[in-house]
Amino acid sequence: MHDNVVFNNKVLPYFLLAPQLVITLVFFIWPAGQALYQSFLIEDAFGFSREFVWLDNFIYLFSDDEYWNSIRVTFVFSGLVAFSGMAVALLLAAMADRVIKGATTYKTLLIWPYAVAPVVAAVIWWLMFNPSIGILAFLSWTLGHQWNHYVNANEAMAVVVIASAWKQISYNFIFFLAGMQAIPRSLIEAAAIDGSGPFKRFWQIVFPLLSPIAFFLLVVNVVYAFFETFGVIHATTLGGPGNATRTLVYKVYEDGFVGLDMGSSAAQSVILMILVITLTIIQFKFIERKVQY
Amino acid sequence: MIENRPWLTAVRHLVLILGIIVIGLPIWIALVASTNTSASFVSGVMPMWFGEEGLNNFRRVLTNEGRVLGVGVSASWMMWNSFIMAMVIAIGKITISILSAFAIVYFRFPFRRTCFWMIFITLMLPVEVRILPTYEVVASLGMLNSYAGLTIPLIASATATFLFRQFFLSIPDSLAEAARIDGAGPMKFFKDILLPLSVNNIAALFVILFIYGWNQYLWPLLITTDENYYTIVMVIKRLMTAGEGNVPWNIIMTTTVLAMLPPVVVVLVMQKFFVRGLVEQEK
Repeated sequence: MHDNVVFNNKVLPYFLLAPQLVITLVFFIWPAGQALYQSFLIEDAFGFSREFVWLDNFIYLFSDDEYWNSIRVTFVFSGLVAFSGMAVALLLAAMADRVIKGATTYKTLLIWPYAVAPVVAAVIWWLMFNPSIGILAFLSWTLGHQWNHYVNANEAMAVVVIASAWKQISYNFIFFLAGMQAIPRSLIEAAAIDGSGPFKRFWQIVFPLLSPIAFFLLVVNVVYAFFETFGVIHATTLGGPGNATRTLVYKVYEDGFVGLDMGSSAAQSVILMILVITLTIIQFKFIERKVQY
Repeated sequence: MIENRPWLTAVRHLVLILGIIVIGLPIWIALVASTNTSASFVSGVMPMWFGEEGLNNFRRVLTNEGRVLGVGVSASWMMWNSFIMAMVIAIGKITISILSAFAIVYFRFPFRRTCFWMIFITLMLPVEVRILPTYEVVASLGMLNSYAGLTIPLIASATATFLFRQFFLSIPDSLAEAARIDGAGPMKFFKDILLPLSVNNIAALFVILFIYGWNQYLWPLLITTDENYYTIVMVIKRLMTAGEGNVPWNIIMTTTVLAMLPPVVVVLVMQKFFVRGLVEQEK
């Protein structure tokens, strides 16, 4: 830290920090406090009366089967998005790592989906799987399966998972590739001299050395799947069929803005905040640990 | 030297090409669909090759000819809104973050740690988890349906502050020492030394934040009811629900192509900065 060399000025630092702090207070801390406060209230839809109910909103949520279903859906969805996005990215990065001819072209062609909005990705995949005209639904029909994500819960889940994971592949790819290229060549060469083949080298040297990056990406991908995929659900399945794709973030929105159930929506926000804070602490602990290496 | 296995190299290229095809397929579909008539999406399998309607579709969408988008504003206007949103968010975030990182690293003052932690907390709370209360705050400030409401609540950024802080900590102390001995004040040091040194970081952050701003979906959806403030990304969903059974896929895909174009161009043009910036974010 810059312990010796600092500028002496009593007022300037506060001026420099002011814009950031004001916005943080007004648009982050205050609403978060509001959410916490409202989660203890029951309010009628028009705001005429409110009653302080302690933890009733939370108790109600956790005794509600629909909420538990939403938790289950969110975990299945996030797990699938994180796993499939990372697996494909790892495969592509392992292939791109040692390629010399056309390396830049490959990289360029693999990273641009990062720029595509999740909702845009979702709409295009939704069309490709469209039961009556979609090309992928047609392919599944030629294989003897009648694809219909409007009716079949698993198929609806598959479409939103694919659309969400597709967009994340480039992000994961960039990190895996950077990680692989940071592995000292001498390690790989030593293993090669000892006679281990490319597959054995990958599993016994490259893969273990990538585990910190894989863990970092796991957290990032889970956070992405939890919170940034609202558009994917909202533009396509709307949580359906039934409740098959109603994730927690989508439910907060629906209960708050469509159902106008303020207390319940606020309680759900509080639960999500606790979840994000836990995930962030895990991630932070991990970064700290890595620094100590 | 690692052994050379021609078959393995061939497999590598094959897998990469296959990956690129699978990853590129959605874009192919969108581009093809944007050049066909709506009639080609009524029955049978969707078109897989370009049609003749491309110019026509893009003209209709960009000018909103015959209210083809189902709203009162054209796609070019909504792209302008998205552009304003992305630029204000990117430039605003970079500006306020670099200033606060400067304050945190180069000054000692009471509550310094408290300030740092307060900023850090924002990192933990994505807008999605506190949508209703944030909406109420923005509404009570009279910021619904305005560019200010679209951008300012998203402008505080812990990530960017954190990144600049890490970067400033890596700059040798002797630089600030030398500046001080030469009699340069803090703002002169900031302008003449820190800012030029940060150009690469700023460029990298700009790419990431421009994409972040352009791709916002939930926030504009909540706070805009006035069509004049609609963004291009949020209008796509409205088209999807326009008429069930008779979805105008060619128009939707033309709009998605327009919605993808600016951020993809930014990534491709600034690829070098972007990749480095992303990987550095993790450190």
